[in-house]
Formats: sequence, structure tokens, C-alpha cells
Amino acid sequence: MKIKINGKEEVVDKQENIARLVSSKGFVPEHIVVEHNLRIVPKEEWGKTALRENDNVEIVSFVGGG
Amino acid sequence: MDRVEDILKIGGKNIKNRLFIGTGKFSAYELMKRVLEESDVDVTTVALRRVDNEAASENILDYIPKKCILVPNTSGARNADEAVRIARLSRAAGCGNWVKIEVIQDNKYLLPDNSETLKATEILAKEGFVVLPYMSPDLSMARRLVDAGAAAVMPLGSPIGSNRGFRTKELVEILVSEIKIPVIVDAGLGTPSSACECMETGCAAVLVNTAIAIAQDPVAMAKSFSDAVGAGRLAYNAGMPQSTKDAKASSPLTGFLRNE
Repeated sequence: MKIKINGKEEVVDKQENIARLVSSKGFVPEHIVVEHNLRIVPKEEWGKTALRENDNVEIVSFVGGG
Repeated sequence: MDRVEDILKIGGKNIKNRLFIGTGKFSAYELMKRVLEESDVDVTTVALRRVDNEAASENILDYIPKKCILVPNTSGARNADEAVRIARLSRAAGCGNWVKIEVIQDNKYLLPDNSETLKATEILAKEGFVVLPYMSPDLSMARRLVDAGAAAVMPLGSPIGSNRGFRTKELVEILVSEIKIPVIVDAGLGTPSSACECMETGCAAVLVNTAIAIAQDPVAMAKSFSDAVGAGRLAYNAGMPQSTKDAKASSPLTGFLRNE
């Protein structure tokens, strides 16, 4: 199925949830914040937050800034 | 005034070093880390961005001293709603509840949108954020930001990254005299002397990024800024003298070795 990750369309497995998506991307959980369809998802809920067709996922972290 | 006692308090935190340093534009995180450590900074800003695959391994938080108060900014926000969304995401990262609101639509001068900034301040202050809004120095807007629950106001000295110095002095002086919360000059301070001037004027702190990050020796430049900020604060506390156009003799002018 297709979902949008950080604005880019990607094809992912139908059984995908946020925890699996994060680990498949190689992201360090402590470094990132995940927003799923405009809702911030606490890390405890990643494993039980299933992804569906056309979902919008934003994965962000801190960088340098003034 | 005893310098040791002169502590800035914002959001329940004690801040000794009135130089805040932004973390953008450094050539390497390791260098940024040395700057923050060696200038003994208490407050530092960061930005929030979408993660890309390659950069995921290195995290800026590993290079920021633990004692630093982290102030995520909302750069990239073009209206209040976007700023609120970025602020909430930043807080969810678990590094505290401070936020520097930055709402900018003008790409040439990067001047803030004061009215959208006010809207975001109202919302985020109610949600318990320690809100530091980046603003154009305007007295009535600063008063509204105070009423909205801002913890400090951050008027620009000159456009972001321009290194043009404390061009807004006349207007910022009015804020300092009329506003009861800390006034922190943010943006455009290109030289330690301009940062010193802000402090002499009575500003509570300054935020510097570009001038330090792009210096040939950022560690030395940060120390210089830190010293300048301390010197300016000391002068302000000592009571700045009034200036006059005509001379006021500092030595006795009575006739000497001469009969008059």
C-alpha cells in the first residue's frame, strides 16, 4: 500500500505499523518524533499504531538552528 | 550590584550566561559542542526538521551539554498553526517545554509576522510552554505578547544572519523601559561590540548564531561574545552615564601657575 512519509509517497507492507516502519528505516527511536495523520504518536503506541493506505507520516528530529 | 547575584530567571530556570547561542551553520557538531562548552552557555536553540535516511545516525542532542536549556525554534512556520504544530512536535521530543516562536513569510529580510506570532504565543502559553517570540520591536505588540503569556520577547537587532548589528536600538530601548518581561535581542548581531551595546541598553540577554558559527575560530568568537555580553551587563548594572554634546571637564580647569 502507499503512504506518505515526510511528504514523499512510499510503498510499504500492509501489516506495517509505526514501530516497524521506524526500525526498517534505521531511525534511532530516541532521536525522533513521529506524527501520524497530524497526531503526535507517543513511542509506547508505535507498536499498536497500524498504518493504512494514504496515511500521512511525518518523522522529525532536531538539527542546528538559531 | 554583585555580579554573582545577577541571575536571569525565565520559566523558573536560573540563567547565568546572558549570551544564548544558536546551533545553526556550524561546520561540524563537534565544533559546535566545543563552542557551547568553552563559552559556558546556559541556553541554546535548535530547529526541527524532517529526518532523511542518511543523517539519521548523528544526533545534535549528543553534542549539546546536558546543562543547556534547549529552545527549539519554529523556523519554517509561515503562520500560527504551523508554529503551534512544530512546537508540539518539539515538546514531544522530551527536551523540555521552551519554544522560540518564529513565524516568517518574508524570504528576503526574514522579518517576523508579529500578528501570527501573537496567535501562536496565546495558544502555546496556555498549553504550558515557555514561549519566547521572535518579533519586530513594536511596543503595542510587545504588550500584547506579555498579556498572551510570553516568558520574554525577542526583538531582532537586524535581519537574521545579516551581521548588521543593533539597528533597532531606539525601538528596543522603548521595550526595555516599558515591558516587564525580559527583552532578548535576537538576530543580526555581527560583532561582540553590538552584543555589548544591547546589554548596556538594558536587554536581559542576546541570542547569537551566525557571527559565531561562521567565524574563522568559532570557539574564540563565542568567548569574545560572552565576555562582551558580561561587560555590557556589568555596565548597565553600574548605571550608564548620560551623553551630552558639549564637554564636561574631568580635570580642574582653575588657573594653574598663572594669575587670573
